[in-house]
Amino acid sequence: MSRPEDTLPPDLFYNDVESRKYTTSSRIRSIQASMTNRALELLDLQHSSFILDVGCGSGLSGEILTNTEEVDGGPHTWVGMDISSSMLSQALERDVEGDMLLADIGQGVPFRPGSFDAAISISAIQWLCNAESTSEEDAPDRRLKRFFDGLYASLKRGGKAVCQFYPKNAAQRSMISSAAIKAGFGAGILEDDPETKNVKLYLVLTVGGGDITGTVSGLQDVDVMDARRKERQRNGTPADKQKGSKAWIMRKKAQQEAKGKVVKNSSKYTGRKRKIAF
Amino acid sequence: MKLLTLNFLTCARKTCKSTAAAFPLHPKDAELEQIEIDMNPLFVKNMLPRLEWEAMKTLTQELGLPALPAETPAPEELTTEDGEASQVLKDLHVLLMETSVASGKLVCGNCGHEYAVKEGIANFLLPSHMV
Repeated sequence: MSRPEDTLPPDLFYNDVESRKYTTSSRIRSIQASMTNRALELLDLQHSSFILDVGCGSGLSGEILTNTEEVDGGPHTWVGMDISSSMLSQALERDVEGDMLLADIGQGVPFRPGSFDAAISISAIQWLCNAESTSEEDAPDRRLKRFFDGLYASLKRGGKAVCQFYPKNAAQRSMISSAAIKAGFGAGILEDDPETKNVKLYLVLTVGGGDITGTVSGLQDVDVMDARRKERQRNGTPADKQKGSKAWIMRKKAQQEAKGKVVKNSSKYTGRKRKIAF
Repeated sequence: MKLLTLNFLTCARKTCKSTAAAFPLHPKDAELEQIEIDMNPLFVKNMLPRLEWEAMKTLTQELGLPALPAETPAPEELTTEDGEASQVLKDLHVLLMETSVASGKLVCGNCGHEYAVKEGIANFLLPSHMV
């Protein structure tokens, strides 16, 4: 299936026709609703909050935020940002309760620091990876940086953001998550239905400390794969630094040889332990 | 756009980010409207410490609304003795949640850029040379 991200920039792709199709399709609505509910579950908000909806579109996700029951911590008040004016006019027609801005998230997030309790984004941030012009300012990494820096600043301390997104490939996925980490977020990716066609990725971000794996502790059927541990191992002592290892001996021999000293020939026995005599 | 949201919006330009004048944005030729919304006392109470009260006061002054008290209302003032919503809370709800800017312009105090508001939606798209 072709990706809309590959065809046109979002403000042109979601024209009046496409926006109406998107908003009225019952299939898309049910997928959006389930993803929004999942994101809310991950945010785990205890009381009614002030939420930023990034790429709010026609307010499908916002509607769910408004209608969250009191027992689940709702109802929430939200502010949406979207780049497609057609999508926003769909939202106006549907009379959603949140405020909306026509804005490009790749240009930053125009709110003062500590504005929001949480942020939510459904199927939006992969659009940031498309360069709309050849100018350096518009390069995907700059756009991602401006977005995540802005998002980090606008969330309050201890705030959380959950961004569901559709990366084109593994490179895009790591580009997005590393941009979030560079902005200062604690980041993790939750994968629903992994290795199926319907795989859904949620980038879970926290502002200010705490272990990101704690956010999924309340959920069932979630396996935690900690990439940090692997990283730490990788950053451990490299083979040729460990004194006495074969790689270390070979390095030292090469050093001595370079100095012009006489060095014994290397063989397959070099650096091997001697057999115990008995 | 609710006045609550206006209390958090700043100029989108990078050069304005670090200046104090970029917040709050000043409304110009603003048309207000009232939209009825269910009252959520807990939400108003939670948002109260996060509001910039000074900005709120300048905003109401510029919009020609009745003047606000000098200080942020204390949380105790929001409920009456028998636990009901007080007049202060009701006023705050009307001001923050129900009053909104339907159309007009928002002007940055630093760079003077005007953000147009139409049908309650502000246009924060910047031309690429201004990002």
